Amino acid sequence: MDKIQIGTSINGEAVEFLCEPQQSLLEVLRDTLGRTGTKEGCSTGDCGACSVLMDGRLVCACLVLAAEAGGHEITTIEGLATDAGLHPIQQKFLEHAALQCGICTPGLIVATKALLDRHPDPDETTIRYWLAGNLCRCTGYDKIIRAVQDAARSLAHPA
Amino acid sequence: MAEAVDYKAIGTSPVRPDGVDKVTGRAQYGADLNLPGQIYGKVLRSPHAHARILKIDTSRALALPGVYGVITGQDFPEAEGGEIGGEGGGDVSDLAKNIMARDKVLYHGHAVAAVAAKSLSVAQAALDAISVEYEVLAPVLDLESAMAPGATLIDPSCFTKNLPEKPTAPSNIAAVMKLGRGNVEEGFAQADVIVEGEYRIPMAHQGYIEPHACIASCNEQGQATVWCCTQGHFEFRAMTAKVLRMHIADLKFIASEIGGGFGGKTVIYLEPLAVMLSRKSRRPVKMAMTREEVFRATGPTSGTLARIRVGARKDGTLTAATAWLAYEAGAYAGAPMGPGAMTVFAPYILPNFAVEAFDVLLNKPKVAAYRAPGAPQSMYAMECAMDELAERLGMDPIDLRLKNAAEEGTQAPYGPKFPAIGLKACLNAAKAHPNYTRPLPAGAGRGMAVGFWFNVGMQSSAEVHINEDGTVTIVEGSPDIGGSRASMALMASETLGIPYERIKVIIGDTESAGFSNVTGGSRTTFATGMAVIRACEDIIAQCKSRAASTWGIDADQVDWRDGAAIPAPGVNAALKPLALADIAAGAPKTGGPLLGRASLNAQGAGAGFSVNLADIRVDPETGKVDVLSFTAIQDAGKAIHPAYVEGQMQGGAVQGLGWALNEEYIYDANGVMQNAGFLDYRMPVASDLPMIDTVIVEVPNPTHPYGVRGVGETPIVAPLATAANAVSRATGVRMRDLPLSPPRVLEALEAAGR
Amino acid sequence: MVLPEHLLHLTGGQRVLDIAAENVRDLVLELEERHPGLRAALGRAAVAIDGQIFQDAFLEAIGPDSEVFFLPRIEGG
Repeated sequence: MDKIQIGTSINGEAVEFLCEPQQSLLEVLRDTLGRTGTKEGCSTGDCGACSVLMDGRLVCACLVLAAEAGGHEITTIEGLATDAGLHPIQQKFLEHAALQCGICTPGLIVATKALLDRHPDPDETTIRYWLAGNLCRCTGYDKIIRAVQDAARSLAHPA
Repeated sequence: MAEAVDYKAIGTSPVRPDGVDKVTGRAQYGADLNLPGQIYGKVLRSPHAHARILKIDTSRALALPGVYGVITGQDFPEAEGGEIGGEGGGDVSDLAKNIMARDKVLYHGHAVAAVAAKSLSVAQAALDAISVEYEVLAPVLDLESAMAPGATLIDPSCFTKNLPEKPTAPSNIAAVMKLGRGNVEEGFAQADVIVEGEYRIPMAHQGYIEPHACIASCNEQGQATVWCCTQGHFEFRAMTAKVLRMHIADLKFIASEIGGGFGGKTVIYLEPLAVMLSRKSRRPVKMAMTREEVFRATGPTSGTLARIRVGARKDGTLTAATAWLAYEAGAYAGAPMGPGAMTVFAPYILPNFAVEAFDVLLNKPKVAAYRAPGAPQSMYAMECAMDELAERLGMDPIDLRLKNAAEEGTQAPYGPKFPAIGLKACLNAAKAHPNYTRPLPAGAGRGMAVGFWFNVGMQSSAEVHINEDGTVTIVEGSPDIGGSRASMALMASETLGIPYERIKVIIGDTESAGFSNVTGGSRTTFATGMAVIRACEDIIAQCKSRAASTWGIDADQVDWRDGAAIPAPGVNAALKPLALADIAAGAPKTGGPLLGRASLNAQGAGAGFSVNLADIRVDPETGKVDVLSFTAIQDAGKAIHPAYVEGQMQGGAVQGLGWALNEEYIYDANGVMQNAGFLDYRMPVASDLPMIDTVIVEVPNPTHPYGVRGVGETPIVAPLATAANAVSRATGVRMRDLPLSPPRVLEALEAAGR
Repeated sequence: MVLPEHLLHLTGGQRVLDIAAENVRDLVLELEERHPGLRAALGRAAVAIDGQIFQDAFLEAIGPDSEVFFLPRIEGG
């Protein structure tokens, strides 16, 4: 099958890859580029484990064709921590024990970033609806919601 | 032991040792590993729920460029019979046939062939090129038809087990179990009120977010290494060895991080296929299921039909109860009807009772363990009946339970007397909780129910390595599914008297850690924890002896306190304490490296009781149900890492709520599951739920050094009845069939003329 | 000691037996002596001694007044 050459930016770095036309961004991220931090739970856009940002917008990488990513900026879970350490959202997920098995965690953290980028001070209902596309089977969401609330506080008032 | 003690580490909730890797995407789960030169395996699955396989032609698939191997049932060795040890047991030949059909397919999605190819798309093309001829048979899809005389037989060699005499004819009832005590008729004769009901609980899936995945790499000598997500790599190794008739020593299993299991990853599906394909292709073979495959072909839990009859005097004293429990096994025997029968009346003092339970074959996937297997179904029915009884008696439902609650010394329905248990403590905590006494929101009902699980011990091993600088590496064999590395490090920190941060816990593979049973049965913190504590005690004994030789005194003149050897009282007080780091630094001169170890079969796991409360509002127009508040109260024995204990309680509560309110396997008349995806198999999402309040009750388990009982499974038991009782009280209509999805609630309301 | 319901056909319906034994191994040997076939039928059954459940009991001590139950092996998820 003929492959397509795509140029994109992933976590601020220019990346070029070859893909088949039917391949999803998720497949390319995980299998071609080895960025396995983005997880696969369903490949039908129902679980949110593969949440990434495309030009700052929250998308399921399994529902985006890899070829569509051309010319766009992709942010994945691997792009959140910096030389200064973990992103405050990551730190708060840890402090609040907001993960058990951890498979949904990268997607939830990316979704939380999209939420807090738009709504720096969300109420509980807003958080619950923003994260409704991310399934977690272990935690019952309680500690995740608390971690997001605390992350919002911490981003608004950096220590 | 296990009285109120001031602990330094235990009872705190530090960040887990493996946390950073899990929030940054570094942690490697089942599908995250790739090997050089790997190819991809995929499974061809049956489009029929029940059919004879007449012919499989793989020649066209094998002729495709980029296809390296095809296997079918014919390639497998004749399976040996006999039981599989450990968790998720069952019969070896059933297990072998479940992962690859031989002459018959028994459910829609049953594996019939597998291919290995250079890419997923070529693998898919190869599956499409395989032709299978079937003789389609009538599917058996519900308990009543499966149990009826003259039913189509799933397995003509199945004769009901556990009857006094072997039955004369085969049937779909694989086994029965009976329990009883006293005289039920006399008991009901003494009752002033008798409640009776029939309850249906649907087949439901564990719903872990990570699909099953593995990579196998086999060499020319037939030895294989398998990376996979599993709740127990030692037992996966043993099962794979039995199915493929290999020596255990020729198989190495490496557990990846695991993205949820809840019992569903205690059995093998892909692993032997990947080993065989790798053997044929002489390349590493990677296999991962799609979500649809997970639903159609892996571990749901039994749908259940339960009939309960319970009688009480006017004052609420129970006089008699009976339970009739039929559990769907799916295609092969092994429904959790035993634990279902043993738990159904476990919370209560019952002088007269009889339980009859059935393990029933039908054309659905073979069930696997799911969190407290069997208990949510049977206890759902009993706890609903208890609520109805309380209403009929005009009693508070907690008071009714307190009146009959089992306590230390009560003869459990399954035989022995209970040791110290926390049921009454949980009931009293529930009664005193503000969520139980505050005014009920408009349109809402308040429900409560009791949950119970035995918890188990089983085998675990641990090694404690003291590094040259006194830091500690613990090697154990229990996959960490919910933060158990943190619990292990906390118990080691407490025992050794050194800071938590200096301890690293790793899960060794089958060749670098001692044998351990699965992470399941709520046993890891209890049993593997016990092994870690014993291994730390081994280190302390060695350190005392090293200190004694350093000081030139006897080992019994040395004590251990706060991570250091000190002279015992009355011994030369001028000797300066020798910290673990000092002893480690001096180790080359005092006998070499410090390595502590323990392996054990932990006994005496403590029974775990819980009480749940919920306020639920029902919209009479649409039948939609809203959970306004939920409170989980549970006896943990001792919470080592309270935040993760709360997490188990909250997660279990929500899984139970999902099962109660929306989750179910929906089949068409041909036995094809209609909702094999997360869109239609509706698990709870964040916007469905309130915060889940928790109360950890601590009635220590006397058999564990720190009082641990095990907490992982009990939380899923009570939410089903809690939700149904709240909905029934909100609407004034008793609803006995789950899930309480909007159409079903609406139907019940309309039938009742509301 | 007390047997589960489904094994009573091996003991002629007798559910409760009085047996002197120092540990589970001796108890099972004595049971087999009295009711051949029982040992195999017990298989991997769990044993409760005075309320304490042992999944794999063998040399566990039994006192003169101990109450011993055989019960189905409990697993979990």
